[in-house]
Amino acid sequence: MYKLFLAFLFLQIGSSTVLAAENVSTFDLNNGLKVVVIEDHRAPVVVHMLWYKVGAADEETGRSGVAHFLEHLLFKATNRLKAGEFSSTVERNGGSDNAFTSWDYTAYYQRISSDRLGLMMQMEADRMKNIRLTDENIGNERKVVLEERAQRIDSNPGALFSEQRQAVMYMNHPYGIPVIGWRHEMEQLNRRDTLAFYKKYYAPNAAILVVAGDVSPADVKKLASRHYGSLRPTIGLLERKRVLEPPHLAERRIVFEDERVAQPYVVRSYLVKERNAGNQGEAAALTMLAELLGGNQTTSVFGKALQIKTKRALYSSAFYSGLSYDETSFGIIIVPSPGRTLGQAEEDLDEVIKNFVRDGVDEEQLRRIKMQIRASHIYAEDDVFGLAKAYGSALTSGLSIADIQSWPEKLSSVTSAEILTTAELLLDKRKSVTGWYKNQDDKGGN
Amino acid sequence: MFRGLFAFIYFLGIASHLCAFEIKEVTSPGGIKAWLVEEHSIPFTAIQINFKGGSSLDRAGKRGAIHFMSALLEEGAGELDASGFAEELERLAAYFNFNIYDDSLTISAKFLTENRDEAVSLLRMALIEPRFDLDPIERVRNQILSILNSNKKKPQKIASETFYRKAFAEHPYGSQKEGTIKIVSSLTQKDIRQAYRDVFARERVFVSAVGDIDELEFGKLLDKLLMDIPVGGKSLPNPAVYSEVTGYNLVDFDSPQAVVFFGHRGIKLGDPDFFAAYTLNHILGGDGFGSRLMTKLREKNGLTYGISSYLANWDGAELIVGQFSSLNESVVEAVKILRFEWQKISSEGVTMEELRDAKTYLTGAYPLRFDGNARIAGILTGMQMRELPVSYISTRNSNIESLALEDLKRVAKKFLNEKDLYFVVVGRPVGKFSGN
Repeated sequence: MYKLFLAFLFLQIGSSTVLAAENVSTFDLNNGLKVVVIEDHRAPVVVHMLWYKVGAADEETGRSGVAHFLEHLLFKATNRLKAGEFSSTVERNGGSDNAFTSWDYTAYYQRISSDRLGLMMQMEADRMKNIRLTDENIGNERKVVLEERAQRIDSNPGALFSEQRQAVMYMNHPYGIPVIGWRHEMEQLNRRDTLAFYKKYYAPNAAILVVAGDVSPADVKKLASRHYGSLRPTIGLLERKRVLEPPHLAERRIVFEDERVAQPYVVRSYLVKERNAGNQGEAAALTMLAELLGGNQTTSVFGKALQIKTKRALYSSAFYSGLSYDETSFGIIIVPSPGRTLGQAEEDLDEVIKNFVRDGVDEEQLRRIKMQIRASHIYAEDDVFGLAKAYGSALTSGLSIADIQSWPEKLSSVTSAEILTTAELLLDKRKSVTGWYKNQDDKGGN
Repeated sequence: MFRGLFAFIYFLGIASHLCAFEIKEVTSPGGIKAWLVEEHSIPFTAIQINFKGGSSLDRAGKRGAIHFMSALLEEGAGELDASGFAEELERLAAYFNFNIYDDSLTISAKFLTENRDEAVSLLRMALIEPRFDLDPIERVRNQILSILNSNKKKPQKIASETFYRKAFAEHPYGSQKEGTIKIVSSLTQKDIRQAYRDVFARERVFVSAVGDIDELEFGKLLDKLLMDIPVGGKSLPNPAVYSEVTGYNLVDFDSPQAVVFFGHRGIKLGDPDFFAAYTLNHILGGDGFGSRLMTKLREKNGLTYGISSYLANWDGAELIVGQFSSLNESVVEAVKILRFEWQKISSEGVTMEELRDAKTYLTGAYPLRFDGNARIAGILTGMQMRELPVSYISTRNSNIESLALEDLKRVAKKFLNEKDLYFVVVGRPVGKFSGN
């Protein structure tokens, strides 16, 4: 288990966390804002997070990157604050702040002394409705997001490869378009489109407020009503409905070559079910399958077969996250040992899956993993920021509080038979994309 | 405007806030000293064990051996081979993290109260009876070699590695702790065992625990874990000599962006002006979105996604360094602005408002670091290594609160010098860099 190697991981797997129900409470304001309060009184600190149920998958065709661009622009001026004053006010009060955008959500947060919660709400409510953008803001910030794309994607062949695989995986659904946007569309982002997106989606009835830390639900309710209560909802905002994937009838394969690649590898991903409200059984089985197949470098099925026994791989992993509004993917990565080709690595991948379906689940291993999942919920209580994030991302992925709180039970009740049934999905390559990542000079590529 | 409304209340509360937990200095029956915070609300304990002296204890010609050794500590111990050890760890749902830095080897462990005895026995095995079997040695060697190969094509790695090589030459701080492909390929089991003996020295161990454990149990745990580690170990290295290199070092790399790594000599942790320099760096290029460099390069001109600078302090060296990326077409302009800001703050100091804001941020952010058992254990062990007293937590902020505008002005002039900057630029910059 060599930590540095985790750099290959795309998603950190694991059961997302929950807390004993008595520490979590929830209420709705009249304008539709849902509020979740997570209490942790060990330190006088609060995490204030506002989550919008909108992300890159809700952008109009040809406007990729606008959700993330808007996230950047929310740190500019409002009717009451100068550009940059939001963050400088947070910092002046000893806190830190930031924001992040995904396909399914956009979230803004501050970590700060709990007696500053009211100020955070006042400012966050202000920028939900009152941003003021100049053409200069747009021009400068467009350069910043293009620099961001250059730094995080274009300078990183692994990220480019991942972007290409994602685009091939989704033939119709907008998950195939990168969150940061395609460069040629980012270059065209303008004030009008950005404000239209803002006006439609930045509203209390499209948002979830998560407050976690040294607070009481009654105080949060009082403050939230005062600061967020008068915000007007967007009328006629419907439940999100994105275009769906058609049946996947043909296995897809890509070869990505870049001279900056030093270590070739192969990744296979399959289109699979996500966690759905009231229906998380298949996602629970997929989560356990990923842990069994490739959760631990030394004890997992892939690790044992390819890294420990035959030494055919330097690294292997299986990954799945059920937190997604629409259909998601299950992935496997094999980094071949020196002297092994990508073709051989892919054969190894298929062989291990086939053997697993034939041999079944090692009950001892399943018991150990269930113990780890139980422990992870205890350790999670130590990380109030992580808890807030877990609730926010689940609620913006279409789940309810009840779904979140029943998840550990769903995981621990998954049976070997259910896991094997989901493993059989991996035998059908029609729903999969296989990607080879290599240097053009790699003679051993095939 | 909200500005000003709430700005000055904060630090009044800090001292009392931090009394939220109590640090006990304990001595085990066997005589090992450690710090403990009892926190019984969640049934687990986090422990942080640091050995002073890290990868810079590597022997001549064996650069990378200590890093290699640290990656093998959970690859089998006592009766258990690598698989047996990993399965046991999984069964107990305990986590052991071994990390190696230039000046320390660190172990962050956490375990549930219900499994404490078994988890501690397992950790003891990893610390006292690591096997260093040939099989995992070869497996991990191939992983390290793969990473070293990948690093040669990562512009950030190339930039920082080039910078430190020029800064510290032959001193271990001047080379990457993973070693070179040539050396890692040739390291033997004997070298790994030697590396283990060089680092694991009982007189250099520092420990803290935070969580669901009392003083008596913690004392027993300390003896069980650490009493059988021998006293000794390789003597710590001499301080490094900074080369005072200046100017530009351009490394050709085909990428849309250039990566820039820059810096010059720094200031010692114990220096009476350290906090002035620390605050100065915060204003110039520290955390958050409000620093001068972030404002000028990103907010005003859109030349980068982010830039930061920081005080880099080792046991035997000190620098101020920073890093950013910018498109090849704009990097020359970005560096020009950076140099201008460096010179400006050095000659003019900072404004009253900047100092006031930096004080409220830095003093307010300090207690936010103590969020969670593992984080607190890490901080407490770090304090012991720096020989700071327990009371430091409640007095630390006064070092910042007492700073005057004149202090920053004086220290800026002495500490920051644009002419001393050294830049490593990895990319294909368009145009010509100016200055020294």
